[in-house]
Amino acid sequence: MSLLGNLTLDAVPYHEPIIMVTLAVIGVIGLAIVGLITKYQKWGVLWHNWLTSVDHKRLGIMYIILALVMLIRGFSDAIMMRTQLAMATNGAAGYLPPEHYDQIFTAHGIIMIIFMAMPFMIGLMNIVLPLQIGARDVAFPFMNNLSFWLAAAGAVLINISLGLGEFAKTGWLAYPPLSEMSFSPGVGVDYYIWALQISGIGTLLTGVNFLATVFKMRAPGMKLMQMPIFTWACTWANILIVASFPILTAVLGLLTLDRYLDFHFFTNDGGGNAMMYINLFWAWGHPEVYILVLPAFGIFSEVISTFTGKRLFGYTSMVWASGAISILGFVVWLHHFFTMGSSADVNAFFGVMTMIIAIPTGVKLFNWLFTMYRGRLRITVPVLWTLGFMVTFSIGGMTGVLLAVPGADYVLHNSLFLVAHFHNTIIGGAVFGYMAGFAFWFPKATGFHLNERLGKYSFWCWQIGFYVAFMPLYVLGFLGMTRRLNHTNNPDWNIWLYIAALGAVIIFVGIVLQFVQLYVSIRDRKQNPDVDGDPWNGHTLEWSTASPPQFYNFAVLPKVHDIDAFTDMKEKGIEYQAPDEYMPIHMPRNTAAGMQIAGAAGIVGFALIWHIWWLAIVGSLGMVVALIARCYAKDVDYYVEPQEVAEIERAHLASVATVKEEAL
Amino acid sequence: MKTVGRGNPLLIRKLGYSALTTSILLLSGCEGGVLDPKGQVGIDEKYLIVVATVLMLLVVIPVIGMTLYFAWRYREGREHEIYDPKWAHSTKIEVVVWLIPIVIIAILGTLTWYSTQELDPYKPLDHEHEPITIQVVSLNWKWLFIYPEQGIATVNEVVFPKDVPVEFKITSDTTMNSFFIPQLGSQIYSMAGMTTRLNLIANEAGEFDGISANYSGAGFTGMKFKAIARDSEQDFEKWVSAVKHSPATLNDDSYAQLAKHSENNPVSYYGSVDSQMFQHVVMQFMGNMKQQDMHGEHQEHSAQMHMQAED
Repeated sequence: MSLLGNLTLDAVPYHEPIIMVTLAVIGVIGLAIVGLITKYQKWGVLWHNWLTSVDHKRLGIMYIILALVMLIRGFSDAIMMRTQLAMATNGAAGYLPPEHYDQIFTAHGIIMIIFMAMPFMIGLMNIVLPLQIGARDVAFPFMNNLSFWLAAAGAVLINISLGLGEFAKTGWLAYPPLSEMSFSPGVGVDYYIWALQISGIGTLLTGVNFLATVFKMRAPGMKLMQMPIFTWACTWANILIVASFPILTAVLGLLTLDRYLDFHFFTNDGGGNAMMYINLFWAWGHPEVYILVLPAFGIFSEVISTFTGKRLFGYTSMVWASGAISILGFVVWLHHFFTMGSSADVNAFFGVMTMIIAIPTGVKLFNWLFTMYRGRLRITVPVLWTLGFMVTFSIGGMTGVLLAVPGADYVLHNSLFLVAHFHNTIIGGAVFGYMAGFAFWFPKATGFHLNERLGKYSFWCWQIGFYVAFMPLYVLGFLGMTRRLNHTNNPDWNIWLYIAALGAVIIFVGIVLQFVQLYVSIRDRKQNPDVDGDPWNGHTLEWSTASPPQFYNFAVLPKVHDIDAFTDMKEKGIEYQAPDEYMPIHMPRNTAAGMQIAGAAGIVGFALIWHIWWLAIVGSLGMVVALIARCYAKDVDYYVEPQEVAEIERAHLASVATVKEEAL
Repeated sequence: MKTVGRGNPLLIRKLGYSALTTSILLLSGCEGGVLDPKGQVGIDEKYLIVVATVLMLLVVIPVIGMTLYFAWRYREGREHEIYDPKWAHSTKIEVVVWLIPIVIIAILGTLTWYSTQELDPYKPLDHEHEPITIQVVSLNWKWLFIYPEQGIATVNEVVFPKDVPVEFKITSDTTMNSFFIPQLGSQIYSMAGMTTRLNLIANEAGEFDGISANYSGAGFTGMKFKAIARDSEQDFEKWVSAVKHSPATLNDDSYAQLAKHSENNPVSYYGSVDSQMFQHVVMQFMGNMKQQDMHGEHQEHSAQMHMQAED
């Protein structure tokens, strides 16, 4: 038994030039960042203002940075796969042998769902939700910081797998018995388990945190049925998180026991039953896709009603449609495996339940349509993403309902038709939504505007690239091509594989343009400030604050009388009013405890992956000690004095007044 | 073409024929694959796909059209259009937007309910001819086919006569796979320690691609087989007797040899097979449970409590 467990120098994949070059590039970029921070002496700023921050707005920005970094990683995987499949036709082997290719499609799935889409969604929710309900922060600011660092620890683990050992070669579902020790003896599945487990617990804490926030911290007067629609969508998503993530935790725990302690929950022998894993996994996995897409629906609602300059059509319908989707989302999981051999009645039940979800979803589409009706739609970048979504998601929804018909699924299951479908809904639904939200709330979060023209270019590349990349996959599914093939030998498929690869390149251009847009916008930030904090003539409370909002969000908690609370204030002429006097504001202090606990959790994960038992014990103790230390910490809060608040607010209101005068 | 009934007069097939004319454009040019079926199950499933798609397009096309039209008509700068910023509720519209999807889904749901009963992979095909049984074992990474009635076995090639129903009994020796011949119709998982079933028929003679449709590890891509439908039963019998001349025997020893991991296996034949081979493969994971009271049919643990098939 070595001091480093199973970890030896052989774990570094020297023989894989692709990986070694990637690692070298990451190393160079990392060193460059470290160098720049040192040169400009920003370590203190980074530490005090960001890494240890408990401010929901800063955590939100850090979540989105994490999402963008992981988007690069996940997209690199995507374009490698498309290149492989475009090269490996007519029996050619391509450039990625199965042992590498199989890791790539597994990592692509996990990264895009867990480490790109989830942080993006949670990041937007962090920035916006407390502002929308007129709260000064979330219910548990420290826990919010801990959630972020747990997600980051998971992301770090999955990235370490690139340079030390391997990642799972099981597909992102890690179905046993393939993911059991007998078929996957390497560390890949262990990386999978611990990356998912640690970040999953972070997500669960986020769900609890934001539910407590909306139920306990709404501004005075705001009834539940007056919450902004994005907040409602997030609330349903958080209910789903709280209900479904424990299932993931449990099923990963069971798989852990199988792999580490020779239990037999899901093994072939010893009375194990892999079907139980598949059921439990999807009992989490299906709600998970609604966790991703419901907040996106909320974003579209906000964007449409803001940019048409209208109230949202059918607010109550929208809220209950989301609720119906959430609840139904829990009784459809079996549609992921109609082909397992369940009886016709069982399959038909889950098929019909799945279709019923199309009803509230259809209602939402109609409500967005009637929000545009008799409006004045400004075609901005967020609106483009929204229109692109409405067209694209209609197609994705249709193919989803088709797959919900068991008789159709029997021939389309696991085919590229399925792959096209879920990319159609996750890209065309969730990701388009996040992009819309990103462009919509960017001025709010940063205080300056994004470059509009580059944003439009990027949108069109994404939109066109999406169709070019994924419509061929629908065709390939009909042509009988199943997913996760390493190479093909069917001349009828070739042309579609080439087109799909071209589509991936167009999306790549879209992503590059987004980063260029970000660079240009940051460079030109002084020319494009958002001074009054209300760049789009918004409806809800986040637009009543400064951009970026003051660290305490609201100097005085607003009184709410309407769903469109800020529009209501503007109509009454009581926006931007200074009160007679300010009260002290109670604020949480920054803390490094989140980093300590999550860092220790990451170490435990790493130690368990490599069977370094002493380190696992040390890490666990570290977690417990850091947690106890935090529990007994006394200096966790402070008051902002009224005088300081008054000064900040006076300066803000003065600059708002200047802008208003200029506008007149 | 010989008509093969699957029980009740098929609503979906009738609807399918009428829908077919409208979608002929969509489908032309698809050779091979699931839209070019050569067996009754696949044909029914193709019509089901067509009907369901047409039904949904009734909503999807107007929604896409309205999206683009509304965005265009009510865009900024068209001051002559009505602007009604406070209009946010209309009971009439709300009723309609709930009703339209409800109606479509009600129709589709009914279609789903009945078609799922009709297309149940476990349900024996309603056909004048007795089915032949073929046992299927997924191995890493190849397919073993055992013919219990003929006493032969093959690897990566399955042969049967056309116009005769085939009942596949499927299990796995290793990880989970999915047994799938796209041009004949439905697929079903193969799982260790369990037997799943699939009933298929070929309406035409021909050679069809067979695959695993569930990723199962490094050799997954090469886990392909040919499904060959022979012109007549005589043709099939000829093939069977040719295989019987093959010297290889599938017994515990040769099975253990075969079960070792290997990729891109060539087609091979076994002239004789231990009669209990398939049962042994299924039961090998059962450990102590072997001693429990299970006989004959009940030795096969179907994937789920499949009352209909077990009756």
